[in-house]
Amino acid sequence: MGAALLAELPALPLHTAGKYVAGAYVVLFALVLVYVAIMAVRLGRIERDLGELLEGGETGEASQHAAQELQRPESSGA
Amino acid sequence: MESSSRQPAGFSDSKPRAPGRVVRYGGGLRALSLATLAVMTAGLALVFFYAPLEAEQGFLQKIFYVHVPLAIVSLCGFVLGGLFAIQHLRTRDQRWDMRSYVAIHMSLIFGVGTLITGSIWAKGSWGHWWVWNEPTLVSFLIVFLLYATYQPLRFAIEDPERQARYASVFAITAGAFVPMNFIAVRLSTAYLHPRVLGGTSNLPAPMALTFVVCLVAMALLYTTMFKYELTAKHTRAQLRALRRRLAGEDAPAGLSRARTAAPTLQPPATIGAGAAGRPG
Repeated sequence: MGAALLAELPALPLHTAGKYVAGAYVVLFALVLVYVAIMAVRLGRIERDLGELLEGGETGEASQHAAQELQRPESSGA
Repeated sequence: MESSSRQPAGFSDSKPRAPGRVVRYGGGLRALSLATLAVMTAGLALVFFYAPLEAEQGFLQKIFYVHVPLAIVSLCGFVLGGLFAIQHLRTRDQRWDMRSYVAIHMSLIFGVGTLITGSIWAKGSWGHWWVWNEPTLVSFLIVFLLYATYQPLRFAIEDPERQARYASVFAITAGAFVPMNFIAVRLSTAYLHPRVLGGTSNLPAPMALTFVVCLVAMALLYTTMFKYELTAKHTRAQLRALRRRLAGEDAPAGLSRARTAAPTLQPPATIGAGAAGRPG
């Protein structure tokens, strides 16, 4: 079906100016692609930082919990 | 901003914030991205399968559907950066400085695209990558180079408040220069550069429709990228604030901040409070 649709489309005169037109549109595509790649790197960094914060929070919570557990028998004993 | 120099930003306000005051830049981003994709696809389809071939330039003229919208959106973005800078100087709200910075940043990217696609067209049409006696080309290059100094200017100033103020003054001055430059070029007598819009333009209806769709697509692309950038920067600011908050309330705000050309957004708690306290 796709091939039939493509056959119906008018042929593009790519023989003369085609390389210039293709170049211009590739530039636009490349700009967007580079931007998306940069955003992906940033997103990765944010994800990593969030993970670190989450890990830090969990470690902090665990140590806080452990400290409370240690304090409990002492306070009840006193 | 005075508050940023006196106290660590965002850590004096320990009161819970009303949900309505939470700053969000990512709202509507998905719909905007989908709309951009749809209009860009429609634009490309119109360019290659609907718009007729131009009599003189033939297939090469198809470059204009990407080159001219890129140039128009880029120049409008520079002016927009100036308008945001005016708002920043009026309100002293850092969010306007951030918007101005991002608008100019995006316009520079679009400017690179304009220069490259223009050069490609010039090579195909005139046989040269660049023609120095063509006013439109050279004037756009001047505007681009002018704005290329924006980021080094910001980077050269360490104090964030002074950096934002000077950058706003620059953005306003340069933003005013853009339309003046455009008018000056229009008034010049040399008309080597083809006119797509205006009195000398005689675009047939299919070409005009294609051009308008491409222009809308490019404007949408700009807006989407603008919002993505703002959201990313705001998220980073929120993360920094969270990190400092977890490190301890007394951690100074400036310690973790490396020298940068990008504006520093205040953490959300102070942003809401600062904006609420200011008129306009």
